Amino acid sequence: MSGATHSGKNYLNEKSGLWSWLTTLDHKRIGIMYMISVMLFFAIGGTFAMLIRLELFNPGATIMTAKQYNQVMTFHGAIMVFMVIIPGIPAFLGNFMLPLQIGAKDVAFPRVNLMSWYCLMIGAGVAFFSLFYHGVDTGWTFYTPYSISTQNGTIMMVVGAFIIGFSSILTGLNFIVTVHKLRAPGMTFWRLPLFIWALYSTALLQVVATPVLAITLLLLSVERIFGVGIFDPTLGGDPVLFQHFFWFYSHPAVYIMILPAMGVVSELIAAFSHKTIFGYKAVAMSSVGIAAVSFFVWGHHMFVSGQSEFLGILFSFITMLVGVPTAIKVFNWVATLYRGSIRFDSPLLFALGFLFLFTIGGVTGIILAVVGVDVHFHDTYFVVAHFHYVMVGGTLMAIMGGIYYWFPKMFGKLVNEFWARISFVLIFVGFNVTFFPQFILGAMGMPRRYFDYLPEYTALNRISSVGAWTIGTGFLVGLGVIIHGLYRGKPAGINPWGAKTLEWTAASPPPHENFLVQPVVTAGPYEYR
Amino acid sequence: MLFATAVTASNFMPPEGTEIAAGVDSLYKFLLIVSFISCVLVIGGLIYFAVKYRRQSENDKTPYISHSTILEFLWSFIPFVIFMVVFVWGWIIYSQLRTFPENGLEIAVQAQKWNWTFVYKNGKQSAAEFFVPVNEPVKLVMTSADVLHSFFVPAFRNKQDVVPGRYVPYWFKANKIGVFQVFCAEYCGDDHSGMQAKVHVVSRADFEKWLSQKDPYKDVAPVDIGKKVYQTRCASCHTLTEARLIGPGWKGVWGRTEKMEDGQTITVDENYVRESMMNPNAKVVASYPAAMTSFAGQLSEKEIMGVIEFMKTLK
Repeated sequence: MSGATHSGKNYLNEKSGLWSWLTTLDHKRIGIMYMISVMLFFAIGGTFAMLIRLELFNPGATIMTAKQYNQVMTFHGAIMVFMVIIPGIPAFLGNFMLPLQIGAKDVAFPRVNLMSWYCLMIGAGVAFFSLFYHGVDTGWTFYTPYSISTQNGTIMMVVGAFIIGFSSILTGLNFIVTVHKLRAPGMTFWRLPLFIWALYSTALLQVVATPVLAITLLLLSVERIFGVGIFDPTLGGDPVLFQHFFWFYSHPAVYIMILPAMGVVSELIAAFSHKTIFGYKAVAMSSVGIAAVSFFVWGHHMFVSGQSEFLGILFSFITMLVGVPTAIKVFNWVATLYRGSIRFDSPLLFALGFLFLFTIGGVTGIILAVVGVDVHFHDTYFVVAHFHYVMVGGTLMAIMGGIYYWFPKMFGKLVNEFWARISFVLIFVGFNVTFFPQFILGAMGMPRRYFDYLPEYTALNRISSVGAWTIGTGFLVGLGVIIHGLYRGKPAGINPWGAKTLEWTAASPPPHENFLVQPVVTAGPYEYR
Repeated sequence: MLFATAVTASNFMPPEGTEIAAGVDSLYKFLLIVSFISCVLVIGGLIYFAVKYRRQSENDKTPYISHSTILEFLWSFIPFVIFMVVFVWGWIIYSQLRTFPENGLEIAVQAQKWNWTFVYKNGKQSAAEFFVPVNEPVKLVMTSADVLHSFFVPAFRNKQDVVPGRYVPYWFKANKIGVFQVFCAEYCGDDHSGMQAKVHVVSRADFEKWLSQKDPYKDVAPVDIGKKVYQTRCASCHTLTEARLIGPGWKGVWGRTEKMEDGQTITVDENYVRESMMNPNAKVVASYPAAMTSFAGQLSEKEIMGVIEFMKTLK
């Protein structure tokens, strides 16, 4: 294979025009469409984050009213969770890389794949309409009875989340079948790259957990239309029941967000240390293990909700069990670096940044899982800091690292390494400046979702706000790096990093059906010898 | 007086107002130390390896180390043991938080957007603040009139969601005299962050004195009663200037003619103000949300009259 110059044709220039993109069945083009949508949603959700931090720069009203703040806080959470972090890695990087990494021409159901993109866009449309038209101010968790007593937008918002969820289900289904049926000859399960193991575990979660959203939606509608008391206490319902349903989906969803990120990090660490992953099987199986256990920990979101004492203890125990496979992964990544040949390109910087932030997110997760301590920290800024360390520090760092890593493959060009590193430094430093003070605010007792706060919290909130603008700048630089790379990037060649996984044997950018000759796999994914 | 939100320097936690709070802090300190050591090991190892084994040339050979059963067992088993220790320790503390005293002072707590009301057995009612005797167990029986709220006293390291349609208990035995901050920790709408209260921990004698003072408004002028009610009940949504918060600012509102959503006009007089407190959504001024909750049954006639008299002074 002679790379990009082979015939001049690749998936980008094979056809042209907007219509050829909107009707494409090529997994790579669909991946790029996800990339554009997710980046757009991220820009919107990020703008709301900046507004939140601007408002919280001073106690009391700064730039908006309490009502507007609550709406902005809701928009930020709902957009980031449902439209950015959940589809971010699987639907964008996963769609592009999964067939390439297993040596397939495409996913198993290309039409379903396109349909899942349309589901995301339609669902996002419904959700945006509901958020903005009704001015939903319930927080992204939509807890009853607040959400049903004061709002008209909630049911519609859940409809939006459900349509987006359908996108998740279809993508998950597609990935499961693709991994089972379309692997290249010789690509056994134990030769799958760890990104594929992570996507596979995520896909199982997507298929099994997301339907619970539909059940919740159905119950909300039945209550609203027929007046049957389910969640509404004035009709004899129980608002805590809603929390069970909500977290039964949303907790596995947390792992839908982080597992693919862990997969990306495994790829980055192996590729940039030119060394086989330490404990490949343990890392692969811990993904499956985390996925399985994640169904039984939802109650740790409800330690002070009024659920029984027994349940509190039980969920604390099971949550501890999730910590074990997570710890295994972290230790194995660090061990992979041992005696490696490590090159500090920007993707690796993001992977190391991920490890740094995820470790802090992980240990604070254990602190929150200890039920007697969580009672104090629950619903305070400590929780806000913890889940941003895991989701932003984890997932977004992995997305950025993944984009810089696979950019040469996706577009056949190299990004400007200097500015890519600058974007890392800004995001990484800004992130810690933003969220570390929030751990302290939480310990001091500042509850989350507060428009106004006591004067003694001012200094830490200001530090946090300055950090947030630093992150914002970092992402703008990152956007600049991507756009510059698209137009001015130097040609990348087939395998600029010297990585061993299969996608690096295809042309950059790959042709329509990926491989000119069907690859045959004879070794594992990280055979650096 | 010891103020609740001042922070002890060592671990950034608020002062300990109960014995259990000290227990929570011991476990928290243990967790912080173990977490710190873990972070130093992982992040330190990461930085050390990354720097030590940085690439010398593109032809570097790396050893093929597939796994190490003994290492992987150790770094699964050691975390597991630590997790189990902190789990059991946390369980013990949680049980203390949830083991309610047999006989103690019982206070009914009613949460509603965006106020806390405390009702004692002798009929004494108090808003936005309440008094308890030091070193005696106190049990709160809490319910909500509208949506979820959460009763959170950082100094007691304890919080509990307040669920409409249920009675949920909460208990503490304060061991320090002082004033401690109460927050609402479950998001409840516009003025969630303003839904605060203070718990005054006082000596038994001071508590008796406060409790027996059944009519705090004896010989108090109505306008001063109104001012007090404003501060504890109304200030989270109404300013004393013309500035709009959640509801209208009160300056100049008395006697003004207002237009309703349906085009009808009313004059702000005694009857309109009274109706707005008892049945707030009956007549809402155009451009305002129907956000106010009813104070029927919560305010005495003296207090209603007081608020009206107070509003009259805000020209």
